[in-house]
Amino acid sequence: MALLEVIDVSKIFPGVRALDQVSFTLKPGEVHALVGENGAGKSTLIKVLTGVYQPDGGELRYQDEPAQFGTPMDAQRAGISTIYQEVNLVPLMSVAQNLFLGREPRRLGLIDRKRMDREAGEILSGYGVTTDVRRQLGTLALGAQQMVALARAVMIDAKVVIMDEPTSSLEPREVQTLFGVIRDLHARGIGIIYVSHRLDELYQICDTVTILRDGRLVHTGRLADLERIKLVSLMLGRDMAEVRREGATAFSGAATADAGAAPVLRVRELNSRHKLHDVSFDVRPGEVVGLGGLLGAGRSETIKAIGGAYHLDSGGIQVDGKDLKKPTPERAVRFGIAVQPEDRKAEGIVPGLSVRENIALAVLPRVSRFGFVSDAKVDEIVDRYMKRLRIKASSPDQAVGDLSGGNQQKVLLARLLATGPKVLLLDEPTRGIDIGAKAEVQSLIDELAAEGLGVVLVSSDAEELVEGSDRVVVLRDGVVVGTLTGAEVTTEDLMSTIATEAPREH
Amino acid sequence: MSTETVAARPVVDSARLKAWLPKYGVYAAIVLLVVYNIFFTPYFATWSNLRIQLIQVAPIVIVALGMALVIGTEGIDLSVGSVMALAAAFIPLYLGYGVVAAILVALMAGVAVGLINGILVAKVGLQPIVATLALFVGGRGLAVVISEGKLVDIRNDDFLYLGSGDLLGIPVLVWIAALLVLVVAFVVRRTVFGRRLLAIGGNRPAAELAGLPVKRVLITVYVVCAVLASIAGLLSVARIQSSDASSVGLLIELSAITAVVVGGTPLTGGKVRVLGTVAGALLMQLVIATMIKHNLQPSTTEMVQAVIILIAVYVARERKTR
Repeated sequence: MALLEVIDVSKIFPGVRALDQVSFTLKPGEVHALVGENGAGKSTLIKVLTGVYQPDGGELRYQDEPAQFGTPMDAQRAGISTIYQEVNLVPLMSVAQNLFLGREPRRLGLIDRKRMDREAGEILSGYGVTTDVRRQLGTLALGAQQMVALARAVMIDAKVVIMDEPTSSLEPREVQTLFGVIRDLHARGIGIIYVSHRLDELYQICDTVTILRDGRLVHTGRLADLERIKLVSLMLGRDMAEVRREGATAFSGAATADAGAAPVLRVRELNSRHKLHDVSFDVRPGEVVGLGGLLGAGRSETIKAIGGAYHLDSGGIQVDGKDLKKPTPERAVRFGIAVQPEDRKAEGIVPGLSVRENIALAVLPRVSRFGFVSDAKVDEIVDRYMKRLRIKASSPDQAVGDLSGGNQQKVLLARLLATGPKVLLLDEPTRGIDIGAKAEVQSLIDELAAEGLGVVLVSSDAEELVEGSDRVVVLRDGVVVGTLTGAEVTTEDLMSTIATEAPREH
Repeated sequence: MSTETVAARPVVDSARLKAWLPKYGVYAAIVLLVVYNIFFTPYFATWSNLRIQLIQVAPIVIVALGMALVIGTEGIDLSVGSVMALAAAFIPLYLGYGVVAAILVALMAGVAVGLINGILVAKVGLQPIVATLALFVGGRGLAVVISEGKLVDIRNDDFLYLGSGDLLGIPVLVWIAALLVLVVAFVVRRTVFGRRLLAIGGNRPAAELAGLPVKRVLITVYVVCAVLASIAGLLSVARIQSSDASSVGLLIELSAITAVVVGGTPLTGGKVRVLGTVAGALLMQLVIATMIKHNLQPSTTEMVQAVIILIAVYVARERKTR
């Protein structure tokens, strides 16, 4: 018997098939891992299960009855609870109030505060939270907040609990408490859908696994029967047919780095709570260093930290032998570090401004006198990069928001190159852009490296990473677990390095 | 003509209208209102009436210019009225040291308030509406304390010239407002500061990652806004020939925000329409004048203003196509 069943469900967004006939079964008492890289369709599936989205095809069955959740409220009432990465509680209310929100114990029609506080304390101690329940929730550590969310979900008679990356902000000790709670839920027959990229955790706590890739189901079955390396290759691998259709990447594969040259970028022991632990590597001029790893391994954080846009507890960054102390984006740009962020729309382009202004944005002081911008100098730069990167826009005055994804990305790269960087940090430079633009961006990366730039490349596309990089530094849970050089730079070696088991320390 | 083109035409027209309205709607509305008044309002098309209207709208235009810059960064400044009051309170205290000294002190009050607003927003990270609310409340209180709650008559002719003098037949007040409009329009279009301001309003995380001095620009924007408000404050004192901290610039933040919004500057930041803002202020002034001339109650005027604001916001709303 199944608790929750998804049969051939599809969900289509304009231009994308986010879910393509995906089926999925959750049994009572089962801890079911749901894995896949970005864009695989995990979030869409979860949103279909929780009533946020309506499926465009297929069937949903809940407790062996056909089910339809029109709103998230419907799903919740039916007993499907979701605990999101960002805790969705009311930070300004007390812990106890959050726990009992909407179901407060009453006395004579008024909220019985004493009883509520007492019961909240009892319940939460079972979750390893031993704080004053009258405190504002927002003052608790994130881990404790998550436990409150979990306790609340279980209290409202949840039969299915969906956890989306529940451990991403937890201490190792808190993770163990969470696992204790999960085992308890498991014993009570509650079905759990567990989304995470930490393989060690999956193998510790999950019974079954479902792997999605590009909106399709690629595997479902018992997790213990699936080797780690197989799991990783199922997540990352592309179909051979697809590779043949799209052709390989546009990278030339020729190494351009001078092995004896002094590194242009030295990164030493970057540490950031929960996210990065002693991350170190070098990049020589002309070298493309790939950062490999699964989602959440700390690749984007590393890149942002080097660019001064992510908090570091400690660590050293040197550009051309000069220390970049207290990195901020402003200082990093001045040191010759250029960062292309992962989320082009949210952190890259300024959609309302023109192509021209987007390109010139980071170099305004250089094209102006006494604070007045010289149009001639701007035009010169804009013209040069629009030609070099073959940016297709009706005119330099077209708003960047109206361009295709590939051209938006090129505008962003033009902005970075205009600053005359020594090091280029690229986070998913070809995500969400069409094949033609993708090839252009890839050969541009080669060209730039050949001109002597140091490049750091992050890509979830294993082939792009392997073919584009001279060396690959592999991260897992914020730790460098291996470096692939020379002949080792292959997808197989990448996957096996990602899949190696973590040393047992906790 | 094939049927296809016939069917397609109205679609194109409505799309064009949608793009055209937020940009030029305010100018069209002004033209309509002027034409109406020329025909139906006695003594409307007279030089003296035009003078009065322009003198009345000048302080609002000046404050709205600063407000437009702040709104361009996705912020808002509620404290502008209080800044006007502060400037007004300092003028009589320092006129004894000369007109220039008094004006400088009034401007410095603006700089101080702007710095506080800017630091609260950029460094402390408060929401602009909350950060500027503090001085909206406290600033006027301080101004009343400084002026000891008294209405002071101003008799310095040099100073009064700013408010009631003429230059080439046009009030000095109007000249100053026009000059400031040109300066602000130039700053937005042609300076590093203006470009950065728009980028920060358009996408702050992107501006930060591009290495822009985001905090410095934000603080400067709030200082500029407050300085413009203090200019409006001292000009108002010069025009009414007395300083009353409890009434100068009362509710002007609302008129200024209205002018900015009606002028087509989106509250979501990233765009500043300087001339639109001037037109927005003029339109609201015309509406009020028209209503008064036709003996309508102030309450009716307020409701009409509300309708205009709603129309402006509706027309300018983001198309949610993607």
